[in-house]
Amino acid sequence: MSRDVNDPFSPFTGRRCPEGADEGQRHHGQKVAPPLTCLPASSPRKRGEESLPPAAAPFLGFARLLRRHAFAIAPEQVSCFMQAVTLLGPRSMADIREAALATLAPPPDRRGEFEAHFQSHFYGNTSAVVAGDADEETRIKDDGGTDDERIEAEHSQEGGELSSALEQLSTRDFQRGDDRLTAFRRKLSSALPARRSFRTVRTPSRGKLDLRRSLREIVSADGDVPSPLLRRRQTVPRKLLLLIDVSGSMKLHTANYLRLAHAAVQGADRAEIFTFGTRLTRITSALRIRDRDQALAHAAAQVDDWDGGTRMGPTLLAFLSVPRFSAFARGAAVVILSDALERGDHAELEIAMRRLSARAFRLSLATPLAGDPRFRPATAALRAILPDLDDLVDGSSLAGLTDFILSLARPAPAASTIWKRVS
Amino acid sequence: MPGVNAETVATSPEAVAQHLAASRYLADDSLATAIFLAIRLGKPLLLEGAPGVGKTEAAKAIAELLGRDLVRLQCYEGIDAAHALYEWNYQRQLLAIRHAGEHEIDIYDDRFLIARPLLQVLKAPEQRVLLVDEIDRSDHEFEALLLEFLSDFQISIPERGTIRAAAQPIVILTSNRTRELAEALRRRCVYHWIGYPDAEREAAIIMLRAGDVAQATARAVAAAVQTIRARPLAKPPGIAEAVEWANAATILEKGGSPWPEAFRRAIGVLIKDEEDLSYIAPELGRIVEEALA
Repeated sequence: MSRDVNDPFSPFTGRRCPEGADEGQRHHGQKVAPPLTCLPASSPRKRGEESLPPAAAPFLGFARLLRRHAFAIAPEQVSCFMQAVTLLGPRSMADIREAALATLAPPPDRRGEFEAHFQSHFYGNTSAVVAGDADEETRIKDDGGTDDERIEAEHSQEGGELSSALEQLSTRDFQRGDDRLTAFRRKLSSALPARRSFRTVRTPSRGKLDLRRSLREIVSADGDVPSPLLRRRQTVPRKLLLLIDVSGSMKLHTANYLRLAHAAVQGADRAEIFTFGTRLTRITSALRIRDRDQALAHAAAQVDDWDGGTRMGPTLLAFLSVPRFSAFARGAAVVILSDALERGDHAELEIAMRRLSARAFRLSLATPLAGDPRFRPATAALRAILPDLDDLVDGSSLAGLTDFILSLARPAPAASTIWKRVS
Repeated sequence: MPGVNAETVATSPEAVAQHLAASRYLADDSLATAIFLAIRLGKPLLLEGAPGVGKTEAAKAIAELLGRDLVRLQCYEGIDAAHALYEWNYQRQLLAIRHAGEHEIDIYDDRFLIARPLLQVLKAPEQRVLLVDEIDRSDHEFEALLLEFLSDFQISIPERGTIRAAAQPIVILTSNRTRELAEALRRRCVYHWIGYPDAEREAAIIMLRAGDVAQATARAVAAAVQTIRARPLAKPPGIAEAVEWANAATILEKGGSPWPEAFRRAIGVLIKDEEDLSYIAPELGRIVEEALA
C-alpha cells in the first residue's frame, strides 16, 4: 500500500475527504504521516474486516494492540477513532495521535504506556519503553533527586541503620502468601468509620417528611392521607488512605503491607494506596485487579524505589500538593505504615503531618518498631509529629494491623496521651 | 445570544483555536483538536485536570464561540435526579388539589414542573451548551443517571413520557480526578487532559486576560509561577491566580513600588494559604529576581 500521505483520505472509503475537511494551517516542522503500511505482523484480519478498506487496518490493529495490553477500548471508541482520523485529514502523524488520545481516552496515569504503544505500532519504534508511568502532577512535585552533600551529612548521624536518603531503584516480585486477609476484606467495609452522606434513605421513623413520595401515595389513595413516608440521611463508610513506606528499613514488612493494601482495595468502597520512599507512587489502580498475584505484580512494576532511602517529609508534601491526591485525604481514615525514621531535618515531615492531620478524619502511624515492648517515640521526628497523630500503633504483624484497621471506627485516646503515659 | 452553526465554526482544529482566541481563551493543539472532534462527532467532551487550569473557562469559551447560552450543572456529593433533571412543585400541587375541590385537575401539568439544568437544556428550542462541572464530586449513581442522558439526549418523566432534545446540546464535563470516573462515561466522551501551560503559553494567557500588563511583566510572572508551582504547596496557584498576580503587581508598581518589591507585596493574590506563604517566603525574592532577569 503506498499513497501520498499528505492527501487527506478516509479510512472507510480510501478516498479523499470532502473539500474543507483539511482547512487551516498546521505548524511547520511537524512530522508528516509515514505511509500507513506498518501493520504489525501480529494483526491478521479478523472475520468481517475483509469489507473494510486497507487504510482502516492500522487503526483497528492499534486498538487491538491496546486491548491486548489491558486498555479498555470499546468498539464504539474504535469507530469514533476512525471517524476522528477522517475528520482531521489526517495531514500528519500528530493528527492521528491527537485523534487516538481524544477518542480512545487512555487514563492519564497510563499515558506514557499509550505513547510507547503508539510509537511501536505506527512508527515501528519498538525501543520505546512500555512501562507504568508516574502521575504527571506527582512527577512535577516529586522531582527531588538526591543531593550528595546532604547524604554525606546524614550518614554521620546515628539511629535507623537501614534508613538512608539515598535513592536506590530496584524491583521486587511477590509470592502468594497465606489467605488470612480474606476475613479482613469481608469485614472492612462495615468496620470503617462512617459519616453522614447528603443522600437520603427511607426510614420507618425519625426522619424528615418525604413530600415527593407522600404526595404520590396520597394521589394513588384518592386523596386519603396514609401514614407519612420519612427519609433520613444515609451513613457511608469513610475513605481509607494507606501510605506505605517502601524504603530499605521497611524491607521486611512491605510484602505484607501490600497484601493488606490489596485486601483493603478489594474490601472497601473507596480505598487509596500510595507507596513512598524517595518518590511517591499511586498503586490503587494496580491493586484493583482481583487476582492478588497479578495485582501485586502490577504494583511491584509501578514502584521504582523499592528498598531505597526515605524522604518521608518531602514525599508526603508532594502527596499533599497534588490537589486530587490531597482530596483523597479529606475526611478519610489515613494510616501511614512506616517506621518514621526521617533522616536529617524533620521540619518538612512536621509540616506534612500537620497538614495531613488537618485534612484527615483520623491520622494513624503504624510502625513495626512498636512491636518491641521497649519502643518509645524517642526520635526527634517522632516526638515532633506525635501531637498530630491520633494513633501510634504496632505495625509489625498482619494480625495486629488488620485488627487495628478494623477498629478505626471505635474512639480511642490520642497517641500523645498514651505515649506520654508509657514513656 | 445569536447562535451560529457549530459546523461552520468548527471547520478544523486551527479554526477552533482561532475562534477560542477571539473569545480570549488560548487553547493548545491538543485541546483545540478535542473540542473540534467533540463538536463534529456530536459527542460530550470530558476535560480533566488540576484545579485552576481552565476547564470551566474552556466550556465558557466554547459557548461564546458558538454564540450559545451556557447552562451549568455544578455537581456535589448527594446530587440526584431531582437536582439535575426535574422536580415537581409539591406544595403547589397540594394547594391546587385543595382549590380544585370536586373538579378534576392535572397535577402533572407544566406549571407544576420545575425544570433543572438537564431538562432546561432539552426543552430549549435552540441548541445549548451544557457544562456538567466537577462530575467527580458526584456519586456513582448520579454518573449512571447521566449516562442515559448523554447517550440519547432524552429523559423520561413517568407522568409525562419521554422528552427529547429539540436540538442536541453540546455537553462539556469537567473533573479534577478526585475519583476515577466509570469507563462507560469515558467511553462516551471525547477526552482531554488539561495540564498547566508552559511558561510561554501562560505569559500569552496573562497578556490576553490581564488588563494593563506589560509583556515583560507577563513573562516574569509566568516564569515565577512555573517555579512556584513545582514546589510542594498545599494549594498550587492556577492560571487565574497568575493573571491576578500580574495585575496586582502592575497596580502596585504604578503606585510607586519598584519591581521586585511590587511582586513580593502582591504575593497574597497568588498564594492563598498561610503555610504556603511561610514556606515560599524565604525563596520568593530569589524566584522573582530570577524571573525578572
